[in-house]
Amino acid sequence: MHELSIAISLLDVAAEEAQNHGGGRVLAIYLRLGPLSGVVSAALLSAFELARESEGMEQCRLLIEETPIVLDCAVCQGPQPARSIQEICCATCGTPTMNLISGRELEVTAMELSDEHANASG
Amino acid sequence: MSTQTRLVEVRQKVLKQNDVTARALRDRFHDAGIFVVSLVSSPGSGKTAFLEQLLTLVRKRHRTAALVGDLATDNDAVRLARSSVPVKQIVTGTVCHLEAEMVKSAMEGWLPDHVEVLFIENVGNLVCPSSYDLGENLRLVLMSVTEGEDKPLKYPTIFNTADVAVITKIDLAAAVEFDSAAAHKSIQAVRPGMRIFELSSKSGAGMPALLDFIESRIAEARESRSAKAAQQASAPVAV
Repeated sequence: MHELSIAISLLDVAAEEAQNHGGGRVLAIYLRLGPLSGVVSAALLSAFELARESEGMEQCRLLIEETPIVLDCAVCQGPQPARSIQEICCATCGTPTMNLISGRELEVTAMELSDEHANASG
Repeated sequence: MSTQTRLVEVRQKVLKQNDVTARALRDRFHDAGIFVVSLVSSPGSGKTAFLEQLLTLVRKRHRTAALVGDLATDNDAVRLARSSVPVKQIVTGTVCHLEAEMVKSAMEGWLPDHVEVLFIENVGNLVCPSSYDLGENLRLVLMSVTEGEDKPLKYPTIFNTADVAVITKIDLAAAVEFDSAAAHKSIQAVRPGMRIFELSSKSGAGMPALLDFIESRIAEARESRSAKAAQQASAPVAV
């Protein structure tokens, strides 16, 4: 399984983005995960537990939002859910299409950061 | 000490680093005129036998080279070297797939000059390679007639992310009562419109059709390259 590599990449991205947003400890990572990303949610969560320990980010939580496969259906003229990952066709009219609007996501959408400030009075 | 928490919006792909490296590789291949074909499949689907045949045939028309990924051993590279094209093994150790960075470092100081076609054989695995772009022009997914017609339904993502499906070992089709129509139906269900080739690496049946297809894609890539070059040559006219 490659979920451990993915979890490590995830923590790298989170650390980099935390820096880009003024630093701070990462308390939570919000991830969008599509069925066609090749990554399984449950396996990623277990891998994430291992990875966060090795990166010294034990308190960081991972919140996964699983996105549906959505297709741009030419017949229904607009976004439609796919019937299933085994049937990449419009759930409404059954037209097969590879015009994917979503389903491949593997992306960080938000993070919770904590700032620790020393009080001015000391 | 006081602690404040804040929520920040981010929009970043987890595999950003791989995507950046793959894009750089793709540009580099494009500029050097190298057409790159990658192969993914489960272990034992006949990937190496297929590649051995393919190398022997493609090298007659183009300068060809191959990178082969494996968890351990360089058996495949040794076997493929018999086709007398430059072959390099990428031993991935515990990693179950190739990443763009591995391709990039394998090429350092190895990729011979004037190569026109580079084949990349991924580690035998139908799950993990699907997430990683390697900078290839064409990704072939292989399944053999012995694996069952519903293989694509069990591993939809790898079929969905590949460009072309190759059904191998068709010389064994009758013996295993392979239902070609059912296999095609499974492939089309998970990847509508996918091109499918059926062939035997052993007898060579079906190889010419695939070769013609690859040849046409090489020609297309060349055209787009010369169009881009022509555009660049005529573009910088400031008015």
